Amino acid sequence: MKISEYKFSRILKPSLFVLLLLPAIYYGWGVWQDALGANPLEAVIRGLGDWGLRILLLTLAISPLRRLLNWAQLLRLRRMIGLYAYFYVVLHLLGYLWFDQFFDWEEIWFDILERPFITVGMVAVILLTPLAVTSTKGMIKRLGKKWKKLHMLIYPISMLGVLHFWWMVKLDITEPVIYAAILTILFGERLFNKYFK
Amino acid sequence: MLIKKNNELSENEVTDFSVYQNRRKFMKTAAGLGIAAVSGLPIIEASAKTISPYSTDEKLTDYKDITTYCNFYEFGTGKEDPAKNAHTLVTSPWDVVIEGECENPGKYNLEDLLKPVSVEERIYRFRCVEGWSMVIPWMGFPLADLIKRMQPTSKAKYVYFETLHDPKQMPGQKRAVLDWPYVEGLRMDEAMNPLTLMGTGIYGKDLLNQNGAPLRLVVPWKYGFKSIKSIAKIRFSETQPVNSWQKANKNEYGFFSNVNPDVSHPRWSQRKERRIGQFRKIKTQPFNGYGEQVASLYTGMDLKKNF
Ligand code: HEM
Repeated sequence: MKISEYKFSRILKPSLFVLLLLPAIYYGWGVWQDALGANPLEAVIRGLGDWGLRILLLTLAISPLRRLLNWAQLLRLRRMIGLYAYFYVVLHLLGYLWFDQFFDWEEIWFDILERPFITVGMVAVILLTPLAVTSTKGMIKRLGKKWKKLHMLIYPISMLGVLHFWWMVKLDITEPVIYAAILTILFGERLFNKYFK
Repeated sequence: MLIKKNNELSENEVTDFSVYQNRRKFMKTAAGLGIAAVSGLPIIEASAKTISPYSTDEKLTDYKDITTYCNFYEFGTGKEDPAKNAHTLVTSPWDVVIEGECENPGKYNLEDLLKPVSVEERIYRFRCVEGWSMVIPWMGFPLADLIKRMQPTSKAKYVYFETLHDPKQMPGQKRAVLDWPYVEGLRMDEAMNPLTLMGTGIYGKDLLNQNGAPLRLVVPWKYGFKSIKSIAKIRFSETQPVNSWQKANKNEYGFFSNVNPDVSHPRWSQRKERRIGQFRKIKTQPFNGYGEQVASLYTGMDLKKNF
């Protein structure tokens, strides 16, 4: 599959850019209009975490989709999607630091050390940061082979993301199980592709 | 097309509640000055006439928030699920089975159970184990009244409560997230404490299904999950009941579940809470601020072990 260069860079990519921005706009609007229910700040933190994880999985879906549809252009969307995942995860972290903890650093430090689900989330964000920083064309050139190796980190990061959600849940693990299943499919496709094709 | 959600309040009702709040303020002042009786102003509901000494004067949480942000897994595990799904619960007629170590066991129709009691207003803080809280104007009567009528025997050391179990009316029970029916328990002295309420209403109205209609427990110094909803059975027992959340995860939830800022939930701190409707978090108080009335129930107990 292939679409014209014009359609790709003038329509598909900008549309996707706007589409991925919509959740952020929704939560911004929701807070402003007080349309997020009884506990809007929790809704924002959770919503940003949800979208961070979803977009992270979307990033991982690009190369399987490329293989499935035989559509090489897709790879050129991956950086933008990956950076969006980082954008939402960082906003999610900021939401936690600000209106969950109100920058009470002692409490935050305690949380990171004592609560496995926070520890795991924190490790995921820290690991994600060098990937975001090295996503520029210049960096890709400069790092060469090492770049590929470095960006393999996305595999443990996405597992940590799902684990973070799983450990956070009080009782009903339906949603994290769904994310874990999607992740398993995405990983499985890669293994299958590597060893059985 | 605009579709109005069935749980949305009409303009009128909203006004009702601000009137309700103002009326309360007036009555409080009036009561303070001792002029309520002589003022000649129409004071509306008999039930709300007197202000209970147990009531707090903190700002009430909005009726809309109280009725749309609920944990009631019998109707789904999302906070907004109960408000959407609880219409399938039939609360009239309603029977409560009373059994175990007492002189007057039997199956009681709710109306008969309520006939001799006088319902009063109690404004309590309500602290959920998840770290949020509300201020709720309950309508209800002391559980002690009901217990005395049932004449528990000397063997009755605990009171056990059970929510209705009927997956047809409570669709959330089709999934085994918790071991249905939901059960809770109190030690007899906790149950007899004057703070402990059988709730029948909120804001002067009957309880909505999502808030545990038609009859629920309200134990303000314990985490919210102790305040079991839609009660169908009460049993007096010699042994300590195992409550549902303890059954689900005994490392995280205990029998007592007293609000305690010094005992963290393994996965989050309990030092602070988000009062629904406020931006800043506030400090959580031991026994949710009811220590004066209840701390003596636990003297000599290690509250870190007996969480
Ligand atoms: C790659 C990194 C991360 C991802 C993908 C992620 C994703 C998520 C997801 C999906 C949820 C569940 C939302 C829901 O219930 O619907 C969540 C909840 C949460 N996350 Fe993260 N998260 C990440 C990092 C972090 C970090 C670094 C922190 C804080 C230090 C954090 C703090 C929280 C908190 C406090 C909640 C629970 C919110 C609540 O209970 O209301 N997360 N996260």
